[in-house]
Amino acid sequence: MSIKKREHTDWLLKKIFKATGLITIALLAGIFLMLLYNSIAFFADVKPLDFFTGSQWDPESNKSKYGIAPLLVSTGLVTLGAMLIAIPLGIFTAAYLSEFAHPKVKTILKPLIEMLAAIPSVAIGFLGIVLVGPGIAKIFGIANGLNAFNGSVLLAVMALPTIITISEDAINAVPLSHREASLALGANKWQTIFKVTLPAALPGLIAAVMLGLGRALGETMTVLMATGNAAVMPKGFLDAVRTITATIAIEMGEVPYRTTHYFALFAIAVILFIITLIINLLGEYFANRLRKFHA
Amino acid sequence: MEEIKLSAHNLNLFFGKKQILKNVNIDFIKNQVTSLIGPSGCGKSTLLRTFNRMHDLSPEAKIEGTLKLENLNIYDKKNSVTEIRKRIGMVFQKPNPLPKSIYENLSYALKIHNFPKNEIPQLIEKALKESYLWDEVKDEFKKPAVKLSGGQQQRLCIARTVVLRPEVILMDEPCSALDPISTRKIEDLILILKKDYTIVIVTHNMQQAQRISDKVAFMYLGELIEFNTSENIFKQPQKDLTKNYVNGHFG
Repeated sequence: MSIKKREHTDWLLKKIFKATGLITIALLAGIFLMLLYNSIAFFADVKPLDFFTGSQWDPESNKSKYGIAPLLVSTGLVTLGAMLIAIPLGIFTAAYLSEFAHPKVKTILKPLIEMLAAIPSVAIGFLGIVLVGPGIAKIFGIANGLNAFNGSVLLAVMALPTIITISEDAINAVPLSHREASLALGANKWQTIFKVTLPAALPGLIAAVMLGLGRALGETMTVLMATGNAAVMPKGFLDAVRTITATIAIEMGEVPYRTTHYFALFAIAVILFIITLIINLLGEYFANRLRKFHA
Repeated sequence: MEEIKLSAHNLNLFFGKKQILKNVNIDFIKNQVTSLIGPSGCGKSTLLRTFNRMHDLSPEAKIEGTLKLENLNIYDKKNSVTEIRKRIGMVFQKPNPLPKSIYENLSYALKIHNFPKNEIPQLIEKALKESYLWDEVKDEFKKPAVKLSGGQQQRLCIARTVVLRPEVILMDEPCSALDPISTRKIEDLILILKKDYTIVIVTHNMQQAQRISDKVAFMYLGELIEFNTSENIFKQPQKDLTKNYVNGHFG
């Protein structure tokens, strides 16, 4: 091939890659603009103050009420519970896999954990209805186990593979020389793990938690099936809740096109989008602050 | 009177089926610098790492023989490995500061051994002064340790070892990643430190071994070939193998 031809190929490939990159960005921007455009239509009908401070979500009645608070609190509650379970469990499992597990155990356990991610969310929701929910009802002596706690447990299970896999990679990537430095100073294995290895892996652990959190925040089918779907302000983990995602999924199918209610669903989607964005940016910020301690 | 600080007796070491150290017998004298020399793969670093039990990390390593720190049997199960590593410090080939600040790199070692909190600042200052790093870092304790130059990082690693007041310091080619000026600083430091510590150092650099050591041990293929004063090894080696190596004919 002549040099000219090769340079031409080079130029062509550059353009192709640039185009694919731009398409992705354009798609993302398009989605956001579409959401934003529709929610502006909503805020033309409903005052933002009522939207954010109203404690009722009741679009169907005569005096439609569009208060996002109960949905926001529901989403927050379920996600918080899921993270309280999944973060310690996930990071400790990853630490076990990386620092303690026999190589044979690891070769069996790792693919098994990754397979957890392949279980469809509808199957997990089903388990929530027939197994986890009734279990919770029995343990706490309540009539109905379809509540925030049920959702938290199931979302924790769904977020675990992500958290474990990425945490394990992060812990593995901590150079052996850090562990040696700590051990040679007379630290024991526990001190080395908790004071050197895990802190050194922290940027990666934060990334793992952020991705797990994103998974939990955006999950729809499982929470829709397993949390009771009561769009009222929950008082605790044992109350039925309805998350933002579940609300959109339930109501979008029934709502008349281009009504206030229709636009309202876009508005709550924008809020979810912004929350996810902020969490990712915060994660990135903290991870970057920690990275400067690394070579 | 020469006092034996650290010794290995009939030491054999295997990695799986492969024998790395073959019947090594060696005594290290208190307050002396002993260099371990020999071609790559001869077992110098492996020997060094037996003394602070770093081979505990590799399950396939098997060790036979008696290693002693004064009268303490290093591999006796009764003796705590953390206590032994506190008494026998180690400086590695590549500077390996922890991903923490300069100050935390030193305070970490003190904290894990439960030194009283109010003594920590003075101990750190003393160790940094002894390692000739104090003037260079005293205003930037909070800076990440990895932001220091390679030579400064290695002196920080020495300070981190010294801060625990060990009895023996093992050094595994501590200057191999450093430029000549940093190397010089570390060598000067070693000569000062030997007043208080017993130092065993692995080196590939013949000039360095000559400059700093009282005794030199020449190893080849896992065996200790010759062990004598620095003067004898370099001026009048007893064995041909040693002679050829120190004169640069192989290795």
